Amino acid sequence: MIEVRNLTHIYSEGLPHESVALDDVNFTIADGSFVGIIGHTGSGKSTLLQHLNGLLKPSSGTIVIDGTDITDSHTKMLDIRKKVGLVFQYPEYQLFEETVAKDVAFGPGNLGLPQEEIDARVRRSIELVGLDYEAVKDVSPFELSGGQKRRVAIAGVLAMEPEVLVLDEPTAGLNPKAHYDILDMVQEIHEREKNITIFVSHNMNDIARMSDQVLVIDKGRLAMDGTPQEVFAREEELKAMGLALPDAAEIVSQLRKKGMELPAGCLSVEEAADAIAAALKK
Amino acid sequence: MIRDITLGQFYPGNSVIHRLDPRIKIIATLLYIVALFVVKDFAGFIAPFVLLEAVIILSKVPRRYIWRGLRPVLIIIAFTLAINLFMVRGEVLWQLGFLHITREGVHTAVFMGIRLVLLIIGSTMLTLTTRPIGLTDGIEALLSPFKKIGLPAHELAMMMTIALRFIPTLLEETDKIIKAQQARGADFESGNLFRRAKALIPILVPLFISAFRIAQDLAMAMEARCYGGNVKRTRMNAMKFARRDLIAAILFCLFLAIVVAQRVLM
Repeated sequence: MIEVRNLTHIYSEGLPHESVALDDVNFTIADGSFVGIIGHTGSGKSTLLQHLNGLLKPSSGTIVIDGTDITDSHTKMLDIRKKVGLVFQYPEYQLFEETVAKDVAFGPGNLGLPQEEIDARVRRSIELVGLDYEAVKDVSPFELSGGQKRRVAIAGVLAMEPEVLVLDEPTAGLNPKAHYDILDMVQEIHEREKNITIFVSHNMNDIARMSDQVLVIDKGRLAMDGTPQEVFAREEELKAMGLALPDAAEIVSQLRKKGMELPAGCLSVEEAADAIAAALKK
Repeated sequence: MIRDITLGQFYPGNSVIHRLDPRIKIIATLLYIVALFVVKDFAGFIAPFVLLEAVIILSKVPRRYIWRGLRPVLIIIAFTLAINLFMVRGEVLWQLGFLHITREGVHTAVFMGIRLVLLIIGSTMLTLTTRPIGLTDGIEALLSPFKKIGLPAHELAMMMTIALRFIPTLLEETDKIIKAQQARGADFESGNLFRRAKALIPILVPLFISAFRIAQDLAMAMEARCYGGNVKRTRMNAMKFARRDLIAAILFCLFLAIVVAQRVLM
């Protein structure tokens, strides 16, 4: 379980250009949840993610993960990194080793694990991201395609076997096929590992389809926290923050405004199609 | 952190100093540095100090900002002080083993220290009050007489502009890579020198790759807009020699005269 209490972060505190990136953020994430975070560019999403594994220290407030306060200065950094795996935007830019296997082994190697354990983890995480271990292990990561590079980079974080996996826009810059491949992979890992998965996305369809809980960040504050149904029901507020509805929900909303009698809360294309068909039959 | 380096960073403002012609500021800075080496005794530093104070006050750049820029070079200053303190021969004041401090050593160390601080703050003022673009335009204008003997002034200036432009980008990139590797448990702060040097590889390799990628994208974007270095280009903001530049030049000549007179007469 993750409990974030009164989290505030101020950049360049005390300097003329100081700015409040996070302002008194509170939320709780239950074990096994899949959480989507949405917010406009510059709303503080990335700052929030970096707090979750101790890369940034809060100006005030606490983050407790499974009973461990990771904002406590006595907590060992490596323990936090072991607990929470953070995949940055464009993670393929952090690849550096000669071979895929060596690159994936970087994280577990830093944890000081025995060699056999490292090898086992490398094989497991490369397979977990849907790559053929034998085929890619000795290949240079720079020879792979964009989508494959990203998979290797994600494998590098998975090899730390984190209890919480955090992904910052895992599909940014990928083509539509690679986009769905990566998301399917993330979903699959989530189901197999039963961990907490947190992901940031600008694609409301993905957020609505995949998450159990949605956090909306606006100007450093937690504006909404609820199920996709609850969050996307607040259309006006979302639009005021420069956010959109999932495509299906947008169509239903437009039709309702035109006077068609449709139920609220259709998020997927299937739900919307059924609702529209039912309304037309009347 | 690496972001704290102000050397070569512009402090936005609209003061008299900011608006001076970059050409004047560059020449003045160069001559100011020369003047610091003309000085031969402590009294000689009064004129440069007054000039620098005047420039700082007029520029309205906060002093904290200037000090922050001085911090990274403090090591160099400390090193120079130590070398001078211990290496200069003369009347011994204090001795421990092979180490000895002499009266002349103290004198030279303090003298060199003042000279260095004045030099660094002086040149920092140039970059703090001049936009990088203004700086390179100024350098290009000053170098253009040498075009006749085959010096590629425009190309040099363009290279400098690009290099300056990408310092913040690369710093940001470095920051991101460091964080990404830290998230994978990388440790840059402990271990001996060899271990620490080795710990830099996961940062340097991705950084080089990023730098090449950025350079390639930029080259492509420039070519797509038909950039050619050797054609005669005009400027959107042509540099004009205004009255304040003339006043500044006269005042600066006065300063030079004082420095030279002090050296010759005293």
